[in-house]
Amino acid sequence: MASNVISAAASASPSACPVTDLLKGKAKLGSGNVGSLFIKDKGNPFLNSKSCGRISMAVAVNVSRFEAITMAPPDPILGVSEAFKADNDEKKLNLGVGAYRTEELQPYVLDVVKKAENLMLERGENKEYLPIEGLAAFNKATAELLFGADSPVISEQRVATIQGLSGTGSLRLAAVLIERYFPGAKVLISSPTWGNHKNIFNDARVPWSEYRYYDPKTVGLDFEGMIEDIKAAPEGSFVLLHGCAHNPTGIDPTPEQWEKIADVIQEKNHIPFFDVAYQGFASGSLDQDAASVRLFAARGMEIFVAQSYSKNLGLYSERIGAINVVCSSSDTAARVKSQLKRIARPMYSNPPIHGARIVANVVGDPALFGEWKAEMEMMAGRIKGVRQKLYDSLTSKDKSGKDWSFILKQIGMFSFTGLNKNQSDNMTNKWHVYMTKDGRISLAGLNLAKCEYLADAIIDSYHNVS
Amino acid sequence: MWRLQLIRKPWRCFSTSAGVPRWFDSVGPAAKDPIQAVTEAFNSDPFPQKINLGLGAYRDEQGKPLVLQCVQQAEEKIRGCNLLDSVSASVASSALVEECIKLVYGRNVNVVKEKRFAGVPALSGTGACRLFAEFQRNFFPESAIYLPDPTWTNHHNIWANAHVPVRTFHYYHPHLRGLDFAALIDDVKNAPDGSFFLLHPCAHNPTGIDLTEDQWSEISNLFKMKNHFPFFDMAYQGLATGDVDKDASSIRIFLEDGHLIGCAQSFTKTMGLFGHRTGCLSLLCADRDQAVQVKSQLQQIAGAMYGSPPVHGIVLLSTILGDQALKSMWFKEVKAMASRIQSMRAKLRERLELTGSSLNWEHITKQVGMFWFSGLTPEQVDRLAKEFHVYMTPDGRMSMAGVTTSNVRYLANAVHEVTKCS
Repeated sequence: MASNVISAAASASPSACPVTDLLKGKAKLGSGNVGSLFIKDKGNPFLNSKSCGRISMAVAVNVSRFEAITMAPPDPILGVSEAFKADNDEKKLNLGVGAYRTEELQPYVLDVVKKAENLMLERGENKEYLPIEGLAAFNKATAELLFGADSPVISEQRVATIQGLSGTGSLRLAAVLIERYFPGAKVLISSPTWGNHKNIFNDARVPWSEYRYYDPKTVGLDFEGMIEDIKAAPEGSFVLLHGCAHNPTGIDPTPEQWEKIADVIQEKNHIPFFDVAYQGFASGSLDQDAASVRLFAARGMEIFVAQSYSKNLGLYSERIGAINVVCSSSDTAARVKSQLKRIARPMYSNPPIHGARIVANVVGDPALFGEWKAEMEMMAGRIKGVRQKLYDSLTSKDKSGKDWSFILKQIGMFSFTGLNKNQSDNMTNKWHVYMTKDGRISLAGLNLAKCEYLADAIIDSYHNVS
Repeated sequence: MWRLQLIRKPWRCFSTSAGVPRWFDSVGPAAKDPIQAVTEAFNSDPFPQKINLGLGAYRDEQGKPLVLQCVQQAEEKIRGCNLLDSVSASVASSALVEECIKLVYGRNVNVVKEKRFAGVPALSGTGACRLFAEFQRNFFPESAIYLPDPTWTNHHNIWANAHVPVRTFHYYHPHLRGLDFAALIDDVKNAPDGSFFLLHPCAHNPTGIDLTEDQWSEISNLFKMKNHFPFFDMAYQGLATGDVDKDASSIRIFLEDGHLIGCAQSFTKTMGLFGHRTGCLSLLCADRDQAVQVKSQLQQIAGAMYGSPPVHGIVLLSTILGDQALKSMWFKEVKAMASRIQSMRAKLRERLELTGSSLNWEHITKQVGMFWFSGLTPEQVDRLAKEFHVYMTPDGRMSMAGVTTSNVRYLANAVHEVTKCS
């Protein structure tokens, strides 16, 4: 998932140009060279003598309490983008960050988002606080989008939905609920998973352990290992599942496998916890991408689902998402909702309005909703297109007979190439292809024009580096 | 507090007759947030002359929410900006932080020039306080936070949810209806060296009672001797006196005295940006290196909580603060809001005195900022709601921003009615 953590390196001060000029491309961004920002302090600013009618004293200022604080570990994905920026080779390719790019490798603002924002501006809506649970129209729309408007969980009012700050914020609300009401319960996360999952559960003090997921031998799903590990976990654990387009592998269970996963979760009285960050973006169909969640809901299970609109509406920076808790009764859902509100209030009081209004406008207007579906199909289609071209290039260039079909079987923004760390380094050092060390490439950063070049790089790294 | 409801034994999973697990049977309904509860009660009241004095949100002379001109113009300006990628968002964030720092600490001070601040945009004041509370827990795990008594109710929740023990220090003297300065000083002296204190720099919420500059100086010196950490929650810069620099004078006293300050800034009230959740958390550091390290830790905490704050509010706010014309417009508009509130205070006091009430109402005009800490008892507050359809929080705090020339007489009479037998 695109990391929206602000750069850890201090960026150059843009105070010389208004922010709007920067954003409209009228001014160049600063180089953000951290080294040049560190200058020696002149003199000692800490000794101070006071006068002018107040008590005169020369008192040494409080020594900083932060002496022992070290630098936080750098975000690995951000590091890739920074290295890419610093590379001057014209063949360079950034397959690090999971943010959608067009065929011209530019960021993309969806048309429906622009239209929705114009509508909102024309209406001149006020900027009053949202209630703690968020915009009602958004909450209704998001639950219906996820479960289907005709789902019994909706008609029976068994879902507690509150607006959250994208997937991250929604996961965190759920994590706090787990820590508070299921003390000692573990969350099982896939190996591998999105890097921030661990941070979220760590900060919320929820213990976690991993279940096997990725099988490097097949570059596919280790289904037996997954089922074994879920079975072996203490009864009543939370099982974190990616609804579709698994990050980072791109490997999703088949419908039959989802049934078996649901079976074993029910057997062990575990609670399924879905992270849905790519609904609509994986296959191009909102309903198809929600199939796994709906399968579990149809079994009458109680479920946690975190949603994000960062990718499918391109609203990365607006932080819009939701946490949904499917409960056994509407009364329970009301109580759970009240507790989620109680968690949100001392975190940020109430959620931001802008992204919620955009989603509500897009989903609430049939014309805009239809346009959105078309744009999503287009984005998902572009990714499928580059997958196909990459696969075709690999199979035509690689004479070793290696099976590259996993590229087509994987889904979503990311592909786990099966390249190891050394091979990934070779991709970068020799071919100027930037990716993460686990062998993950972001297809959102690839276009048709560069597929052949990428194929050459992958073949070289795979066969000639060990 | 939620701790009382926490069940510390292993939970049980109940099953329905269909064998469907029921995990949430032990989840009880949460107590309503007191301020939200007032709004909800108000909303469901059909009485046409009802008045909502619960929420600290500015209302104009017609009792309507106000979208400031500077905000409207900024919205137009940023229309169509490509706000997508994280690079732009990062640039906008840095721009915002720098403007916020200058606003609160002053444009030309050394900490600004030498970039000795660790600053991150935050989800308004709540978010800024919560980031700091989590930071305090991570790096000063033995420490507690000292909150004034009384304070904004959510302060208690914020630090408790961050698992930082909460203590209080004397602030309000109920009999004097003023500051209990001597007791405050005692509490500051008696706290262990190096304690963390939360201070309201102006327009204290809920009492409206602020320290004088001399009193601030005395506290600052005492803090130096005790090596206490001053954390300011600045939610009303500009709304207290109408002058943004004057409202920051307490912070600037501490800055001049050399303290390394922590500050949460909110723009919800002062710029009417409630729904956008825009604010800033800043920590002053010993040097630039340290500022970079501390900032990285704050970003780490934010990263596991919500990622980053929403960019629309960030760009909006940095556009207003970064543009001379828009910023001047804002200064004028916030001053106008402050003036209207001050004139409502004067009118309310005048009206109450005209009712023939024998009570002393001078605290209405002596207090500063959005709130009047009326001193009404919970029973009187209840009567005001039930008999007169006037809503406020149970502690007797009234948001003067909800008072208008058309409802002030009604309000005065209502207050007189419930207090005249006391």
